[in-house]
Amino acid sequence: MANNLADKLQNIFAKLKGKGRLSEADVTAALREVRVALLEADVSYKVAKDFVARIKERAVGEDVMKSLTPGQQVVKIVNEELIALMGPEQAKLKVSSKPPTVVLMVGLQGSGKTTSSAKIALYLKGQGKRPLLAAADIYRPAAIKQLQVLGEKTGIPVFSLGDQVSPVEISKQALAEAQSHGNDYLIIDTAGRLQINEELMNELSDIRAAVNPTEILLVVDAMLGQDAVNVAAAFHEKLTVSGIVLTKLDGDTRGGAALSVKAVTGCPIKFTGIGEKLDGLEPFYPDRMASRILGMGDMLTLIEKAQQNLDQEKMAELENHLAQNRFTFDDFLEQLDQMKKMGDMKDMLAMVPGLGKQLKNVQVDDKQIVTVESMIQSMTKAERNNPAIINASRKRRIALGCGRQVQDINRLLKQYEQMVKLVKQMNAMQGGKGMKAKKGGLRLPF
Amino acid sequence: MGIFQRLQAGLAKTRSNFIGSLSAVFSGAVDDDFFEELEDALICADVGVNSSLQLVDVLRKRAKKDHIKERQELWQVMQEEITAMLTAGGDGEIVIEPDKLNILVLTGVNGAGKTTTIGKLAALYTGQGKKVLLAAADTFRAAAAEQLATWAERAGVSCIRQEEGADPAAVVYDAIQAAQARHVDVLLVDTAGRLQNKTNLMNELSKIGRVIDNNAAEAHTEKLLVLDAGIGQNAISQARLFGEAVELTGLILTKLDGTAKGGAVIGIVNESGLPVKMIGVGEKTEDLRPFQPADFAAALFNE
Repeated sequence: MANNLADKLQNIFAKLKGKGRLSEADVTAALREVRVALLEADVSYKVAKDFVARIKERAVGEDVMKSLTPGQQVVKIVNEELIALMGPEQAKLKVSSKPPTVVLMVGLQGSGKTTSSAKIALYLKGQGKRPLLAAADIYRPAAIKQLQVLGEKTGIPVFSLGDQVSPVEISKQALAEAQSHGNDYLIIDTAGRLQINEELMNELSDIRAAVNPTEILLVVDAMLGQDAVNVAAAFHEKLTVSGIVLTKLDGDTRGGAALSVKAVTGCPIKFTGIGEKLDGLEPFYPDRMASRILGMGDMLTLIEKAQQNLDQEKMAELENHLAQNRFTFDDFLEQLDQMKKMGDMKDMLAMVPGLGKQLKNVQVDDKQIVTVESMIQSMTKAERNNPAIINASRKRRIALGCGRQVQDINRLLKQYEQMVKLVKQMNAMQGGKGMKAKKGGLRLPF
Repeated sequence: MGIFQRLQAGLAKTRSNFIGSLSAVFSGAVDDDFFEELEDALICADVGVNSSLQLVDVLRKRAKKDHIKERQELWQVMQEEITAMLTAGGDGEIVIEPDKLNILVLTGVNGAGKTTTIGKLAALYTGQGKKVLLAAADTFRAAAAEQLATWAERAGVSCIRQEEGADPAAVVYDAIQAAQARHVDVLLVDTAGRLQNKTNLMNELSKIGRVIDNNAAEAHTEKLLVLDAGIGQNAISQARLFGEAVELTGLILTKLDGTAKGGAVIGIVNESGLPVKMIGVGEKTEDLRPFQPADFAAALFNE
């Protein structure tokens, strides 16, 4: 069974195309499967229903079935509609005309408010701003301490009055502190609460009345199920939320909750939380999220990551070497080094279109890279440049040096040979076909 | 308030939403629309796509076989089916064996409620006169150990901890040594939250499991996954992948006092293949309780 929505859609509609004439019942049946697929991605039931109705209208109207690739046409429509539903454009943090800009963080327990508060503060600091964090979660044990530790790590001041003062009072005094210290942003971390807890929801209203925040950000766990709509609606009704922070997006969830909360509140998703490191905060891109819900991978983020992290000069040099059929173990090492900089291997591979599904059960171990590195580092300069000289005695020495077996070294050498062969073939192909060889010849994917 | 009443009170919201939306479907004649409406209502209640389809299928077959024409008549059938799904795994209490060390390891994704649950368990077992020790094996999240230490203080028990960034398996090793030396009845191990698709973090968890197996083979060990009941289809992936890292013996479902969440229990029990050992239906210590499926089903359906 095709596991990702995009494949599923393609299959469904390719099947339909085989029929001579297409009845409305055929389309309805196909779209029913679409609906189930959306529900499996945790898209809210109501949202999924409306969504499917809209797709049906467009799919019937746009002569999809007459096209040669109806499956792809429908995927395209779904993709467009998803983007429209979640965006359509990237939303930035609002700025108050009268500083400081107050950002109030609200949400359920365990959604990631404290971590997100620190991430947003660090993000602002990176833009040259001077944020102040306020610890208004007086209920969870050590929540204040957690914010203080995060503040220390990021070098951002944290305002706190301990856990015996009311959150409303803490917020008020934090605002005064921000004003007197010339902080241009005040980020208030509040305690997690269930949307049905009236007392605590009233407390948030009181904080809002006291500090008049420019942004009220609802922090939502991307793994949330059907309840996401209830949560979002209740918080929005009570507080008029201005934006959403979607957290834990680095899990294996499809993140259908993103669709639901946007559709229910009409509020844009302003940030996404990725990973536990404090720089793991990204602006939200509706198009990329659409790809993800469809299971089409996220090539754009991958390319961006590559651009951010790879050393362009070194990559150019590497390409040059490849073009000259000269690929040494030093180049290999360099390549591994660059790859490591881009982060978790599995995360990266999962972003490659079509790979996400296959990777589900594959273990990609970052430590394997370390093993290979240690083997190469146990070679002499001469050996790295000219692996042909590595004889049995040298192999034994290398194996000893990195604490592996001679068989491991043999395997590495074999892999290396295959790689060199591949490089030669590719170079030959480019030359042989009379293509105008670009400068640098063979290009790496990044 | 008796135990059953507490459970009913905690599930009041769930009941009114879950039963309210479901029972609305059960009037009129049995037709194709009925099964579609029922499927929608079940999915809305977070029962999960597979379990919902399964339930609808059972009802469809039953209606055909017994020539049932009125929706009303199927209401009882569905109650029975849901109760059967819930009770299939049996009662799920955490059994604390006397005169030996019991180790409970709590695992889960970030924000599931592990530390809070440990705080409640510590109070529960101390109240039963057992000697309890906590191990702060979440050495990653800022102030996680402080959070646990606060709970330890409230329950009046000790807490084994090391500095932030220490090897969590080493903390567990220390804690086992201490627990054995002090003749502790219950050792509660708090681990860092981790998303189940992070290989390295899951390996770290396996290591904690091995340290326990190798150093406290004589102990009664429960490896538990803490699940936020508000989580959607991802819960199944969590149960599977955490189960691959450590041999899970059961689940603890937290934050069940929200709105739509009662339905989630049905799907999770049915699809995870793991017994639910405890459920959290409120903020108070006594709101964390053993999961008795029959009671739960009764509390869900009875006014």
